[in-house]
Amino acid sequence: MPEYLKKPVNKSSYMKIGIYPGCSLTGSSRDYNESVFALAEAFNIELVQIPDWNCCGATAAHNLNKDLSLALPARILALAEKHGLDEIVVPCAACYSRLVVTQNELKKDPELKNRISEVIEMDYRGTSRISNVIEWIDKYIIPELDGKIVNQFNHKVACYYGCLLVRPNKVLNYDRAEDPQTMDIVMSKLGASPVDYPYKTECCGAGFSVSRTDIVSKLSGKIIEDAEHRGAEAIVVACPMCHSNLDMRRSDINKYWKTEYKIPVIFVTQAIGLAIGLPAKKVGLKRHFVEVKIS
Amino acid sequence: MSHTEHHTERNSLAYTIEKNVEVRAQKCYQCGKCSAGCPVADEMDLPPSMVMRLLQTELAENDDKILRSHSIWLCVTCEMCLSRCPYEIDIPSMMDFLRQKSRSEKKVNKKARNIIAFHKSFLNSIRFTGRLYELGLIIDYKRQSLNMTQDVSLAPRMISRGKLHFIPDMIKDKAHIARIFKKTSK
Repeated sequence: MPEYLKKPVNKSSYMKIGIYPGCSLTGSSRDYNESVFALAEAFNIELVQIPDWNCCGATAAHNLNKDLSLALPARILALAEKHGLDEIVVPCAACYSRLVVTQNELKKDPELKNRISEVIEMDYRGTSRISNVIEWIDKYIIPELDGKIVNQFNHKVACYYGCLLVRPNKVLNYDRAEDPQTMDIVMSKLGASPVDYPYKTECCGAGFSVSRTDIVSKLSGKIIEDAEHRGAEAIVVACPMCHSNLDMRRSDINKYWKTEYKIPVIFVTQAIGLAIGLPAKKVGLKRHFVEVKIS
Repeated sequence: MSHTEHHTERNSLAYTIEKNVEVRAQKCYQCGKCSAGCPVADEMDLPPSMVMRLLQTELAENDDKILRSHSIWLCVTCEMCLSRCPYEIDIPSMMDFLRQKSRSEKKVNKKARNIIAFHKSFLNSIRFTGRLYELGLIIDYKRQSLNMTQDVSLAPRMISRGKLHFIPDMIKDKAHIARIFKKTSK
C-alpha cells in the first residue's frame, strides 16, 4: 500500500461533500459504491449521505406518473438543503439526470415548484449544486493526483458514457452530446490510451434489463463488439446501469450474439483506485461477473 | 424564421400534447434523425418520426393508433432523438405524456405488458420501503409478468458477489413516501 494511505488523516483537512448514492449503489452496484468511497478516503474527502434519502423514481416514475417523478427527486434535494449539503455528488448517471432534470423543471415553472413543495410537505429552494462523478473527479481528485499514481494504467480503453451522463444535453449542460471527452481525459491522466469509439453515447438498453433482456442483449452487444474490435482492453463506465447491463448481463449478451466476449467493464473510479495503488478488492473489482485481469 | 401559425384542433392529441408538455408536433419536418438515432426504432411499430407525422394529421384514428402503439412503451428514454432534433422537439417528454394518457384511456398495447409490469413492480417496491429493494422487485415482477423461469441462474450469482440483499434497505420516514405516493396518484 502506498505511503500516503498509511498516514493518519488530519480530520480538519477533510472536505465535506454530500452524496446521493441511489439504490443501485447499495445493492447490485456495491462495487461502484466501494470504489467511490475508497477514492474519497484516499483523497481526504468526507462524503456525507443525504440523511434518509429515497429512490429518485428512475424510469418507472417518469414513465407512469409525472408528478411522482418530480416529487421523489424534490424530496431528496429538499433534504440536502435542510441538512446544509449544498454540493452533492451523484455517482449514478441515471439518478444524476433525474435530479438535474427535476431541478430544472421546478426552476422554470414556479407554480409547479409550489405544487411539488406541497406534495413533499417541505421547503424546496433548488439551490443544490449537483455533480456527476466525472465532475467530482475533475474538481477534487485530478488536482491532487500528482505524485499519487503508483501504477500507470497503461491500457487501451473504450470510454463509454451512455445516455444520461450527457443527455438531455441542454439541461445537463455537461460535455458534448456527441463524442464527449471528459472521461477520456481522466483516463489519459492515469496513463491509459482511450480508443476512438463511436459507441460512446449509444444506449445499452438501460431499464429494460429485466423486462426486455433481449433488447439489452442486442444493444449492449454492439457496444461491446465495437470496443473489442478497436483493441480496447477494458470498457470504462460511470453509470451503474451501464455497468450491470455490460457486465452482469454478459452471458445473455454472448448467448444472443453467439459470441464469447470477455472484455472487462470497469468504473472510472476503480481505474483511478488501481492507479493510486488501492487493492482490487477495496475498489470492488472482485464483485464483477466478467473477470478483471488487468491491473 | 417565419411560420404561418398553424392552429391545432382542440380535440386532437397534438393539441393536448402542446398544452401539457409544450411540444409542437407541427414543427417536425420529417428529417428522420430521431428514427435514425433511436436504438429501438427497429423494434417499433411506429418509429418516432412516424409518431410525429401521425400527430400532424390530427385525425382521431391516427391519435388512437399512437395511444395503442407498442412504440410509446419501447421508448427507453435515452434522449438521443431530442439531442439530434434540429428543432429540439422534446420527444422523450412527449412519450412520457403519451404513456400516461394511453394508460388512463385504457389503450395500452398488449405487447407492452412486461415493460409495464416491471415499472409497476419498481414503484411498488419504493412505495413501501422508500428505496428500491431489488430482490422484492424481481419477485413482484415475476408474480405480475408470470415469467417464472427468467433469470433464475442470475440471482445466486448476484448473491455470491454480495449484490443481492435479503433484507430491504428501508428509509426511516416511510410514511412520508407513502403520503407522496398518495398525493400524486390520480
